[in-house]
Amino acid sequence: MEPEGLQPNAADSHGAPILGPGYTAGSVTDKISSIVLGQRRRRGWFFGFAISFALLMMLMYAVTWLLVVGVGIWGINIPIGWGFAIINFVWWIGIGHAGTLISAILLLLRQKWRTSINRFAEAMTLFAVSCAGLFPLLHMGRPWLAYWLFPYPNVMGTWPQFRSPLVWDVFAVSTYATVSLLFWFVGLIPDLATLRDRSKSRIKQVIYGIFAMGWRGSAVHWHRYETASLLLAGLATPLVVSVHTVVSFDFAAAVVPGWHTTIFPPYFVAGAIYSGFAMVMTLAIPIRKYYGLEDFITMRHLENMAKVMLATGLIVAYGYMMETFTAFYSANTYERYAFLNRFAGPYWPAYWSLILCNIALPQLLWIKKVRTTVWSLFVISLIVNVGMWLERFVIVVTSLHRDFIPSSWGMYYPTRWDYMTFAGTIGLFLTLLYLFIRYLPVISISEMRMLVEEEDKK
Amino acid sequence: MAQIFRHSTNLISRISIYGAAFIVALLGYAVYGLTGSPYVTDVNVAKDQPVPFSHKHHVGELGIDCRYCHTSVEQSSFAGLPPTQTCMTCHSQIWTNASMLEPVRASYRDNKSIAWTRVNALPDFVYFNHSIHVAKGVGCVTCHGPMQEMPLTWAANTLQMSWCLGCHREPEKYVRPKEYVFSTTYEVPANQLELGRKLVKEYKIQSLTNCSTCHR
Repeated sequence: MEPEGLQPNAADSHGAPILGPGYTAGSVTDKISSIVLGQRRRRGWFFGFAISFALLMMLMYAVTWLLVVGVGIWGINIPIGWGFAIINFVWWIGIGHAGTLISAILLLLRQKWRTSINRFAEAMTLFAVSCAGLFPLLHMGRPWLAYWLFPYPNVMGTWPQFRSPLVWDVFAVSTYATVSLLFWFVGLIPDLATLRDRSKSRIKQVIYGIFAMGWRGSAVHWHRYETASLLLAGLATPLVVSVHTVVSFDFAAAVVPGWHTTIFPPYFVAGAIYSGFAMVMTLAIPIRKYYGLEDFITMRHLENMAKVMLATGLIVAYGYMMETFTAFYSANTYERYAFLNRFAGPYWPAYWSLILCNIALPQLLWIKKVRTTVWSLFVISLIVNVGMWLERFVIVVTSLHRDFIPSSWGMYYPTRWDYMTFAGTIGLFLTLLYLFIRYLPVISISEMRMLVEEEDKK
Repeated sequence: MAQIFRHSTNLISRISIYGAAFIVALLGYAVYGLTGSPYVTDVNVAKDQPVPFSHKHHVGELGIDCRYCHTSVEQSSFAGLPPTQTCMTCHSQIWTNASMLEPVRASYRDNKSIAWTRVNALPDFVYFNHSIHVAKGVGCVTCHGPMQEMPLTWAANTLQMSWCLGCHREPEKYVRPKEYVFSTTYEVPANQLELGRKLVKEYKIQSLTNCSTCHR
């Protein structure tokens, strides 16, 4: 194992710079830590936080009422028993994947442009997983019995149904959350120590100090830190692929036409990374603008992310095509009908908006001018976020609402509680994000210092 | 710059990190112990009754058959609680002035049932039928314990699902010949497994562990 694995790849010579000119290790540290330790009150932060917090309170309200009354307040019923809860679960968990890809796979591949975006992409992963985890729990109807999903010695004398992908999901998502949290925290330790040493107030020193776990920056500390990071990166790498594969099994292992497809795992993973990068972009663009971090998150970063989006978007498009082709080629009446129903059934606007958002519009990213213009990237990333949500809506709702027997067909109408819960989790996500931006360094200080070092050597 | 933490912090942090693992394990063990304890399950806890009815006296000493009072046990899901008239078949003749039996006489006079305290209760989401168990060679005392020794009645088993499944998964360990179902003196033979397997075959006992067997 080589410690260089953590350092940015010095041989990277093509393209625009990944760091603005004239930075030293000290000025990088000053700039990033001042976001956290700076005394200046930021009205914008407060305003954004207030809105997010209000949305979070709406989530609390919606969830409380859900616990009091039951899942009947949602629009779910037979035949569409999954509805918003599962749509949002898949959407959120997919968003998390970009963080893991950036922090684990790009680390192992020594892509040095990941340095400045990995910290908040990882944070985004954690917060997205938190939002995702809520939905299956609430959808259970009796969330206080959620521990039944785990195999533990119980008075029922039974195990969970290990043949069900829904149980695999529990393990996949909880492993994912644990590894992501550990990875994020280990990466934060040197920065927490920096904040501890730079804080003026006693209380900040103590709090950052506790979480810095006695970091002094000795050679032994760095050695262990790099070993732990590499090990965690190795652990997290298969998770990039496995988590959404298992999520796709929730569908693919069922016999419902439109779900029962072998292409689901790869196309779900590609979709997850697609939506994840869109979300990183959606967050990175305002953050870099507001905190003046254009020198750290440069046009090069945005362009690279746009390219990843373009590539994964094409894989997703291939997935849609193959799904449709297989339905036609199978000559199975129900499969064919499921897809005809998507194209021209009652939910056709959802399907065609999905194609527009996920496939048609992102093709603009082929144009260099679009890839290097901030506002167009921002708009496209938002469109992709919407598109990926619609994709899950189409998969969940159009497949369930008309399956084998016409007598059991039905329609799905989300209620205001569905919308409130969904908007509420966006509030939860943003609240956590605002707190993160305010109290932790959004960009890894220690890795940026290494990057400065590398640049100087050139 | 002054140190933020004292030197002892190193020790405290180590202890708290290792200690946390033990505390979590201990908590798990405590919860596990509590769910199986009589405090939660009421097993072996004799319940107070409006009349201190003694199975020990009536069954153990007098030898009254279970079915004399629990009349519907062979036909119905519910074994049945005797009406006061059943008590009065004897107690209109003996112990007619016993003060202990005044609630029984009052019940008979006023035509109002005695409100017994329930000892063995299954939740409503469990379907249970006495008649099939009796018909397939499950003895009364196999589930209810040694009734002939209970001055006041207590539950002998937890009625937790794992307990039900113990027999549903391996009925051969518990079944007895049909003629001994109501016996309180039958002793489990040394070759129970061998006999059990034979009876399972003979009585066509199925090992029903499908969810919907009990949760209909």
